[in-house]
Amino acid sequence: MEDVWAGALWALRVWLYLIVGLIMIPAMFGFSLGISETYMNILVKTLEWATLKIQRANTVERTLNVSASNSLIQRGNGSMEKELGELRRSRPKPPVGGDFTFSDCFYFTLKGIESIVEDEVTQRFTSEELVSWNLLTRTNDFQYISLKLTLVYGLGIFVRYCILAPLRITLALIGLSWLVIGTSAVGFLPNSSVKSWLSEWVHVMCYRICARGLSATIHYHNRENIPKKGGICVANHTSPIDVVILCNDACYAMVGQIHGGLMGVLQRAMVRSCPHVWFERAEMKDRHLVTKRLTDHVNDKTKLPILIFPEGTCVNNTSVMMFKKGSFEIGATIYPVAIKYDPKFGDAFWNSSKYSMVSYLLRMMTSWALVCNVWYLPAMHQQEGEDAVQFANRVKSAIAHQGGLLDLQWDGGLKRAKVKETFKEQQQKEYSSMVVGDDSSSNSD
Amino acid sequence: MGSSRSRMDDIPHAQQLIHETDFSAAHLLRLHQRFKLLDKYQTGELRPRDFGAIPALALNPIGDRIIGAFFSPGQETLDFPSFVRILAHFRPTDPNRSRDGTQQELANSRTRKLKFAFQLYDQDGDGKISRAELLQVLRAMLETQVVEEQLQSIAERAIQEADLDKDDAISFDEFRRSLEKVNIDHKMSIRFLK
Repeated sequence: MEDVWAGALWALRVWLYLIVGLIMIPAMFGFSLGISETYMNILVKTLEWATLKIQRANTVERTLNVSASNSLIQRGNGSMEKELGELRRSRPKPPVGGDFTFSDCFYFTLKGIESIVEDEVTQRFTSEELVSWNLLTRTNDFQYISLKLTLVYGLGIFVRYCILAPLRITLALIGLSWLVIGTSAVGFLPNSSVKSWLSEWVHVMCYRICARGLSATIHYHNRENIPKKGGICVANHTSPIDVVILCNDACYAMVGQIHGGLMGVLQRAMVRSCPHVWFERAEMKDRHLVTKRLTDHVNDKTKLPILIFPEGTCVNNTSVMMFKKGSFEIGATIYPVAIKYDPKFGDAFWNSSKYSMVSYLLRMMTSWALVCNVWYLPAMHQQEGEDAVQFANRVKSAIAHQGGLLDLQWDGGLKRAKVKETFKEQQQKEYSSMVVGDDSSSNSD
Repeated sequence: MGSSRSRMDDIPHAQQLIHETDFSAAHLLRLHQRFKLLDKYQTGELRPRDFGAIPALALNPIGDRIIGAFFSPGQETLDFPSFVRILAHFRPTDPNRSRDGTQQELANSRTRKLKFAFQLYDQDGDGKISRAELLQVLRAMLETQVVEEQLQSIAERAIQEADLDKDDAISFDEFRRSLEKVNIDHKMSIRFLK
C-alpha cells in the first residue's frame, strides 16, 4: 500500500514539475516552447480530415444540410406606409384624411408570422451553429459515419477529459492563486512607479497562465491602437473569458460589482496592487455615483484604462447588441476593441440561463481549444452635436464592422426581460397617421 | 448535450407533414429547429409565453391576436405538427399545382389565408365580425393614438362599406368580397428561400 501512495505522490510531483517547467514559466515570461503550436497544428489537421470524411459520407444528409446562419425567409423591405398603400390600392381613395380597411391587418399579420419563423434576436442568445461537426457532442449529436471517425472521436474524448482537462484545471488554479498572492504581496509596497510596474507584471503573468489553462491562441491585430491610460476600453461581450483574452496583452482597470466568495477574494486582492473600480450592489443603482467614480478614475492619468462591456450581458458572438450609453457620457477617449472567437475549436459563449459559471468553465476546459482574434480599433471621441446614444452606436458599428458581426439595435437585456410595452407605441403611431390622416391631433366636431 | 440541429428522425410523422403542407424536407427541418429554439425549456410543446419572448412579435400591435390564432380555443399548448400546419397557410400559392381538382383543400390557398385573417378579427369565433369586435381590433392597433369617437366613426365606416346584408356584422363572405381585389397571395405569403 505504501508503495502505491509513494508512487502516486512521485507521479504527482513529476506532473507538477512538468507543468511548471514546460508551461507556466514560459507563460510567465511570455515566450513559447512551441508545444501549443504543435497541438494546434495537429488539431486543425484532424478537424479538416474529419470534416471531409463527414461530408463524403453524408451525401443524403448533405442536401438537407441547411445551415442556420443562412436566412430561411426573405423579408420584404417596404415601409409600413408603402405596404399598406399597396394593400389599399384596390379601393377608391376616401374623401377625408386617411382610412381603415380590413386588409390593413395583413401587413401586421405577415410581419408577425415572419418574426415567428425567424427573428433577429432570439437566435443571438444560443450558441452559434456550425456548418460541419467538430467532433464535440456538445455541438452536434454523435453520428456514426465510419470506424476511423469513431475512433478519432473516442480518442478525442480521452485526450480532452483525461489529459487536457486536469492540465488546464491545474494551470487555472495556479494562475488564480498566484494572482491573489502576487497582488496581495505587491500591495504591501508603498505607492511608486516600481509598484505599478510590478503590479502590471503580476497581472499579465497570471492572465497568461490562465490563458494557457484554456489552450487559448489569441491573435492581436493593430496593436498600435492599444488602449492608453486615462481612456475607456469598450469591447463586445461573449463570455467572462473576454477579460482573460484582453488582459493578456495589456493592463486594465476592471469595473464591476463586488461579489462574495471566491470572486470577492480575487477582487479584493486585485485592488490592493492597483486601483480597480468595484461597486457595492446598492451603489450600482445610483447612476450619478457610478458616473462620478468612473470620471474620477479616468481623469487621473496615472490610472490604467478602464475595461467596460457596454452590452451589459453575454451575447453569442454573431452580433453586437445595443450599447448602454453610461460609459459614453463621461467624455473620455474611447478605445474600441472587437473580439471574435473561432467556433470550430470550442464554443465560447456563456449561456448564463443554461449553465452556471463553474459548469461553463469546465466546458471550456474540455473543449479543443480557444482561438480568437482581437482587433484594436483607433480611438474615438464624442463629436460636436453628437449625443451619448449616437456616439455609442457609432462605436458599436465600428466594432461590428471590424469583427464581422451583425450590428443590431436590440437590447441585450431581452435575453431575460420582455420587451417594454412602450415600444409598441411607435408602430401604433405610424399606423394611426395612415388611418386617421396626418392631423391626428385635431378633433373634428 | 446534443445540439439544436434537427434530423428527420426527430420529427414525428415527417413524411405525412411534408405531404400535407407541401414544405420541403429542408424547410421542415429548419422549422423544427426554430420550434426547438422557441421551446426554451425543452417541453416539446410551445405555450403563448414562448411566442411572447420574440421581441419583434411583442412590438406588433396585433401580436397577441396572432399568438392566439395558433392555439385552438381552450388549448394551452402547441405541438410541432400543428405549428407547421398553421405556418403552411402562409406559403405562396403555386399556380401550377392543383391537387384533387379543388384548390380549397390546399393549406396555402387564398381561402385559408383569408380565414386566418378573419379569425384575427372574429375573436369569439361565431363566424361574424361584430361592431364590438372590430372596435377591439382598432383599439389594439391604435391604442393611445386615437380618441374613442374617432375609433367609432372609423369602425362605422368600415362596417357600412362591407356589410352587404345590413345585419350590422361582417360575415366571412362579406369579408372575402370586400378584399376581392387585393393580391392576397402576394401580401400574405412568406417567401421561403431555398
